[in-house]
Amino acid sequence: MKARVYVMPKAGVLDPQGKAIGHALEGLGFAGVNDVRAGKVIELDLAETDPAKAKSAAEDMARKLLANTVIESFRVEIA
Amino acid sequence: MKAAIIVFPGTNRERDMRTALKRVTGRDPLMLFHREDLPRDLDLVVLAGGFSYGDYLRCGAMAAQSPIMKDIKAFAEKGGHILGVCNGFQILIEAGLLPGGLLRNASLRFLSMDCTLRVERAGTAFTSRWQKGATFRAPMAHGDGNYFADDATLDRLEGEGLVAFRYVNENGEATEAANRNGSARNIAGIFSPNLRICGLMPHPEDLVDDLMGGTDGLPMFESLAESLVSA
Repeated sequence: MKARVYVMPKAGVLDPQGKAIGHALEGLGFAGVNDVRAGKVIELDLAETDPAKAKSAAEDMARKLLANTVIESFRVEIA
Repeated sequence: MKAAIIVFPGTNRERDMRTALKRVTGRDPLMLFHREDLPRDLDLVVLAGGFSYGDYLRCGAMAAQSPIMKDIKAFAEKGGHILGVCNGFQILIEAGLLPGGLLRNASLRFLSMDCTLRVERAGTAFTSRWQKGATFRAPMAHGDGNYFADDATLDRLEGEGLVAFRYVNENGEATEAANRNGSARNIAGIFSPNLRICGLMPHPEDLVDDLMGGTDGLPMFESLAESLVSA
Protein backbone atom coordinates (compact mmCIF):
# COMPACT_ATOMS: atom_id res chain seq x y z
CA MET A 1 0.00 0.00 0.00
CA LYS A 2 1.34 3.42 -0.95
CA ALA A 3 1.27 6.37 1.38
CA ARG A 4 2.12 9.91 0.39
CA VAL A 5 3.31 12.30 3.07
CA TYR A 6 3.01 15.99 2.19
CA VAL A 7 5.30 18.15 4.31
CA MET A 8 4.81 21.93 4.20
CA PRO A 9 6.25 24.88 6.11
CA LYS A 10 3.69 25.76 8.78
CA ALA A 11 1.44 28.73 8.23
CA GLY A 12 3.22 31.75 9.67
CA VAL A 13 6.68 30.21 9.25
CA LEU A 14 8.80 32.14 6.80
CA ASP A 15 9.32 30.18 3.58
CA PRO A 16 12.27 31.79 1.78
CA GLN A 17 12.26 29.11 -0.95
CA GLY A 18 8.62 29.76 -1.74
CA LYS A 19 9.32 33.50 -1.82
CA ALA A 20 12.25 33.02 -4.23
CA ILE A 21 10.14 30.82 -6.51
CA GLY A 22 7.44 33.50 -6.48
CA HIS A 23 9.96 36.17 -7.51
CA ALA A 24 11.26 33.93 -10.31
CA LEU A 25 7.74 33.34 -11.61
CA GLU A 26 7.13 37.06 -11.58
CA GLY A 27 10.39 37.54 -13.50
CA LEU A 28 9.15 35.10 -16.14
CA GLY A 29 6.05 37.22 -16.63
CA PHE A 30 3.52 35.08 -14.76
CA ALA A 31 1.15 37.62 -13.28
CA GLY A 32 -1.21 37.15 -10.37
CA VAL A 33 0.79 34.70 -8.26
CA ASN A 34 -0.15 35.96 -4.80
CA ASP A 35 1.96 33.58 -2.75
CA VAL A 36 4.11 30.47 -3.17
CA ARG A 37 4.85 27.88 -0.49
CA ALA A 38 7.34 25.10 -1.18
CA GLY A 39 7.29 21.79 0.64
CA LYS A 40 8.11 18.18 -0.13
CA VAL A 41 6.34 14.93 -0.85
CA ILE A 42 7.61 11.63 0.55
CA GLU A 43 6.22 8.42 -0.94
CA LEU A 44 6.17 5.31 1.20
CA ASP A 45 5.57 1.78 -0.02
CA LEU A 46 4.13 -0.02 2.99
CA ALA A 47 3.56 -3.71 3.62
CA GLU A 48 0.38 -2.85 5.52
CA THR A 49 -2.84 -3.59 3.59
CA ASP A 50 -5.35 -1.92 5.89
CA PRO A 51 -5.73 1.74 4.79
CA ALA A 52 -6.53 3.06 8.26
CA LYS A 53 -3.54 1.29 9.81
CA ALA A 54 -1.28 2.39 6.96
CA LYS A 55 -2.36 6.00 7.44
CA SER A 56 -1.81 5.91 11.15
CA ALA A 57 1.64 4.31 10.68
CA ALA A 58 2.62 6.97 8.13
CA GLU A 59 1.41 9.71 10.46
CA ASP A 60 3.55 8.27 13.23
CA MET A 61 6.56 8.27 10.88
CA ALA A 62 5.83 11.87 9.93
CA ARG A 63 5.66 12.98 13.56
CA LYS A 64 8.86 11.16 14.54
CA LEU A 65 11.03 11.87 11.51
CA LEU A 66 9.56 12.99 8.19
CA ALA A 67 8.36 16.37 9.44
CA ASN A 68 9.69 18.66 12.12
CA THR A 69 6.39 19.74 13.60
CA VAL A 70 7.94 22.86 15.14
CA ILE A 71 8.33 24.32 11.68
CA GLU A 72 6.40 22.01 9.37
CA SER A 73 2.90 20.59 9.04
CA PHE A 74 2.11 17.31 7.29
CA ARG A 75 -0.76 15.46 5.70
CA VAL A 76 -0.91 11.79 4.74
CA GLU A 77 -2.77 10.41 1.75
CA ILE A 78 -3.21 6.68 1.14
CA ALA A 79 -3.16 5.73 -2.53
CA MET B 1 37.82 18.06 31.57
CA LYS B 2 37.21 14.85 29.66
CA ALA B 3 35.57 15.71 26.37
CA ALA B 4 34.35 13.70 23.42
CA ILE B 5 33.56 14.96 19.95
CA ILE B 6 30.94 12.97 18.07
CA VAL B 7 31.71 12.28 14.44
CA PHE B 8 28.86 11.48 12.06
CA PRO B 9 29.29 10.74 8.36
CA GLY B 10 29.59 14.24 6.91
CA THR B 11 30.82 15.97 10.07
CA ASN B 12 33.74 18.15 8.95
CA ARG B 13 34.59 20.57 11.77
CA GLU B 14 35.66 18.02 14.35
CA ARG B 15 39.36 18.77 13.96
CA ASP B 16 38.82 22.49 14.53
CA MET B 17 36.94 21.57 17.67
CA ARG B 18 39.74 19.24 18.75
CA THR B 19 42.24 22.07 18.33
CA ALA B 20 40.13 24.34 20.52
CA LEU B 21 39.64 21.74 23.25
CA LYS B 22 43.26 20.65 23.21
CA ARG B 23 44.35 24.24 23.51
CA VAL B 24 42.58 24.64 26.86
CA THR B 25 42.99 21.15 28.31
CA GLY B 26 46.39 20.19 26.93
CA ARG B 27 45.11 16.84 25.72
CA ASP B 28 43.23 15.44 22.80
CA PRO B 29 39.51 14.92 23.27
CA LEU B 30 38.05 11.57 22.27
CA MET B 31 36.76 11.36 18.75
CA LEU B 32 33.77 9.04 18.72
CA PHE B 33 32.18 7.68 15.60
CA HIS B 34 28.39 7.67 15.74
CA ARG B 35 28.20 3.87 16.07
CA GLU B 36 30.35 3.77 19.20
CA ASP B 37 29.10 3.85 22.78
CA LEU B 38 29.48 6.95 24.86
CA PRO B 39 31.99 6.40 27.70
CA ARG B 40 30.51 6.94 31.16
CA ASP B 41 33.11 9.28 32.59
CA LEU B 42 32.74 12.23 30.21
CA ASP B 43 32.41 15.84 31.34
CA LEU B 44 31.54 17.26 27.94
CA VAL B 45 30.05 16.00 24.69
CA VAL B 46 30.56 18.14 21.60
CA LEU B 47 28.57 17.94 18.39
CA ALA B 48 30.70 19.67 15.79
CA GLY B 49 29.78 21.36 12.54
CA GLY B 50 29.51 19.91 9.08
CA PHE B 51 26.86 18.33 6.94
CA SER B 52 25.97 15.12 8.74
CA TYR B 53 24.27 12.63 6.41
CA GLY B 54 24.42 15.19 3.62
CA ASP B 55 21.74 17.31 5.29
CA TYR B 56 19.22 14.76 3.98
CA LEU B 57 15.58 15.43 4.87
CA ARG B 58 16.46 18.35 7.18
CA CYS B 59 19.82 19.47 8.58
CA GLY B 60 20.58 17.29 11.58
CA ALA B 61 17.48 15.10 11.22
CA MET B 62 19.33 11.91 10.36
CA ALA B 63 22.10 12.35 12.94
CA ALA B 64 19.45 12.96 15.60
CA GLN B 65 18.23 9.38 15.00
CA SER B 66 21.66 7.74 15.00
CA PRO B 67 22.54 5.13 17.66
CA ILE B 68 24.83 7.31 19.79
CA MET B 69 22.08 9.89 20.33
CA LYS B 70 20.36 7.55 22.80
CA ASP B 71 23.49 7.68 24.97
CA ILE B 72 23.73 11.43 24.49
CA LYS B 73 20.13 11.92 25.60
CA ALA B 74 20.81 9.80 28.68
CA PHE B 75 23.96 11.88 29.32
CA ALA B 76 21.81 15.02 29.07
CA GLU B 77 19.23 13.62 31.48
CA LYS B 78 21.96 12.99 34.04
CA GLY B 79 22.96 16.64 33.77
CA GLY B 80 25.88 16.24 31.36
CA HIS B 81 27.26 19.25 29.50
CA ILE B 82 26.77 19.31 25.73
CA LEU B 83 27.97 21.85 23.20
CA GLY B 84 26.52 21.87 19.68
CA VAL B 85 27.96 24.18 17.06
CA CYS B 86 26.39 24.79 13.65
CA ASN B 87 25.31 21.34 12.43
CA GLY B 88 25.71 20.26 16.06
CA PHE B 89 23.12 22.89 17.06
CA GLN B 90 20.83 21.62 14.31
CA ILE B 91 21.24 18.05 15.61
CA LEU B 92 20.45 19.11 19.21
CA ILE B 93 17.27 20.78 17.97
CA GLU B 94 16.23 17.82 15.83
CA ALA B 95 16.88 15.53 18.80
CA GLY B 96 14.59 17.66 20.94
CA LEU B 97 17.36 18.58 23.38
CA LEU B 98 16.90 22.28 22.57
CA PRO B 99 13.66 23.97 21.47
CA GLY B 100 12.79 25.62 18.17
CA GLY B 101 13.85 25.03 14.60
CA LEU B 102 16.53 26.23 12.19
CA LEU B 103 15.14 27.36 8.84
CA ARG B 104 16.87 28.19 5.59
CA ASN B 105 18.64 31.55 5.88
CA ALA B 106 16.18 34.34 5.08
CA SER B 107 18.40 35.46 2.18
CA LEU B 108 18.51 31.87 0.85
CA ARG B 109 22.29 32.35 0.68
CA PHE B 110 24.91 30.23 2.35
CA LEU B 111 26.62 32.66 4.73
CA SER B 112 30.37 32.36 5.02
CA MET B 113 31.58 35.40 6.94
CA ASP B 114 32.36 36.72 10.39
CA CYS B 115 29.61 37.93 12.64
CA THR B 116 29.61 39.67 16.01
CA LEU B 117 27.96 37.94 18.93
CA ARG B 118 26.82 39.43 22.22
CA VAL B 119 26.92 37.31 25.37
CA GLU B 120 23.38 37.37 26.75
CA ARG B 121 24.09 35.28 29.81
CA ALA B 122 27.41 35.02 31.57
CA GLY B 123 28.24 32.76 34.48
CA THR B 124 27.42 29.48 32.73
CA ALA B 125 29.91 26.69 32.03
CA PHE B 126 30.06 28.01 28.46
CA THR B 127 30.27 31.73 29.16
CA SER B 128 31.90 32.23 32.59
CA ARG B 129 34.96 33.93 31.08
CA TRP B 130 32.83 36.68 29.55
CA GLN B 131 30.85 39.50 31.11
CA LYS B 132 27.17 39.78 30.20
CA GLY B 133 26.93 42.10 27.20
CA ALA B 134 30.47 41.37 26.02
CA THR B 135 30.80 41.08 22.26
CA PHE B 136 33.13 38.90 20.24
CA ARG B 137 33.78 37.97 16.66
CA ALA B 138 32.86 34.52 15.38
CA PRO B 139 33.02 33.00 11.91
CA MET B 140 29.82 31.54 10.54
CA ALA B 141 29.33 29.11 7.68
CA HIS B 142 25.80 27.84 7.23
CA GLY B 143 22.80 27.72 4.94
CA ASP B 144 20.20 26.87 7.55
CA GLY B 145 20.77 28.98 10.63
CA ASN B 146 17.60 31.02 10.76
CA TYR B 147 16.39 30.35 14.29
CA PHE B 148 12.65 29.95 14.62
CA ALA B 149 10.36 29.28 17.54
CA ASP B 150 6.80 30.32 18.31
CA ASP B 151 6.31 33.49 20.36
CA ALA B 152 5.51 31.58 23.55
CA THR B 153 8.80 29.66 23.29
CA LEU B 154 10.77 32.81 22.49
CA ASP B 155 9.19 34.61 25.46
CA ARG B 156 10.03 31.67 27.69
CA LEU B 157 13.65 31.57 26.47
CA GLU B 158 14.00 35.29 27.14
CA GLY B 159 12.12 35.20 30.44
CA GLU B 160 14.21 32.34 31.81
CA GLY B 161 17.49 33.79 30.57
CA LEU B 162 18.12 30.95 28.14
CA VAL B 163 19.25 33.08 25.21
CA ALA B 164 23.01 32.53 25.09
CA PHE B 165 24.15 34.76 22.21
CA ARG B 166 22.63 37.30 19.85
CA TYR B 167 23.81 38.64 16.50
CA VAL B 168 24.77 42.29 16.96
CA ASN B 169 26.51 45.07 15.04
CA GLU B 170 29.91 46.51 15.92
CA ASN B 171 28.26 48.70 18.58
CA GLY B 172 26.71 45.69 20.27
CA GLU B 173 23.19 46.48 19.04
CA ALA B 174 20.88 43.68 17.90
CA THR B 175 19.87 45.30 14.61
CA GLU B 176 18.17 43.74 11.61
CA ALA B 177 21.28 44.34 9.47
CA ALA B 178 23.43 42.40 11.95
CA ASN B 179 21.01 39.48 11.80
CA ARG B 180 22.24 38.05 8.51
CA ASN B 181 20.34 34.77 8.57
CA GLY B 182 17.04 36.26 9.75
CA SER B 183 16.88 34.56 13.16
CA ALA B 184 13.97 35.32 15.46
CA ARG B 185 14.99 38.13 17.84
CA ASN B 186 18.60 37.91 16.56
CA ILE B 187 19.10 34.67 18.47
CA ALA B 188 22.39 32.95 17.58
CA GLY B 189 22.56 30.47 20.45
CA ILE B 190 20.48 29.14 23.34
CA PHE B 191 20.77 27.13 26.56
CA SER B 192 18.71 24.27 27.96
CA PRO B 193 16.79 25.12 31.17
CA ASN B 194 19.55 23.58 33.32
CA LEU B 195 22.16 25.67 31.39
CA ARG B 196 24.17 22.55 30.61
CA ILE B 197 23.34 22.27 26.93
CA CYS B 198 24.36 25.08 24.63
CA GLY B 199 23.78 25.28 20.88
CA LEU B 200 24.86 28.05 18.54
CA MET B 201 25.30 28.53 14.81
CA PRO B 202 28.64 30.47 14.61
CA HIS B 203 31.99 28.81 15.24
CA PRO B 204 33.90 30.04 18.32
CA GLU B 205 36.31 27.09 17.81
CA ASP B 206 37.59 28.74 14.64
CA LEU B 207 39.09 31.71 16.49
CA VAL B 208 41.20 30.20 19.26
CA ASP B 209 44.73 30.94 18.10
CA ASP B 210 46.52 33.96 16.66
CA LEU B 211 47.39 31.80 13.67
CA MET B 212 43.65 31.64 12.93
CA GLY B 213 43.42 35.42 12.96
CA GLY B 214 42.34 35.88 16.54
CA THR B 215 41.36 34.31 19.84
CA ASP B 216 37.86 35.76 20.17
CA GLY B 217 36.30 32.33 20.65
CA LEU B 218 38.80 31.10 23.22
CA PRO B 219 36.85 32.27 26.32
CA MET B 220 34.15 29.68 25.59
CA PHE B 221 36.66 26.85 25.82
CA GLU B 222 38.46 28.39 28.79
CA SER B 223 35.09 28.65 30.51
CA LEU B 224 34.40 24.97 29.86
CA ALA B 225 37.86 23.86 30.98
CA GLU B 226 37.55 25.89 34.16
CA SER B 227 33.98 24.84 34.96
CA LEU B 228 34.26 21.16 34.11
CA VAL B 229 37.31 20.12 36.06
CA SER B 230 37.40 16.33 36.18
CA ALA B 231 37.07 14.73 39.56
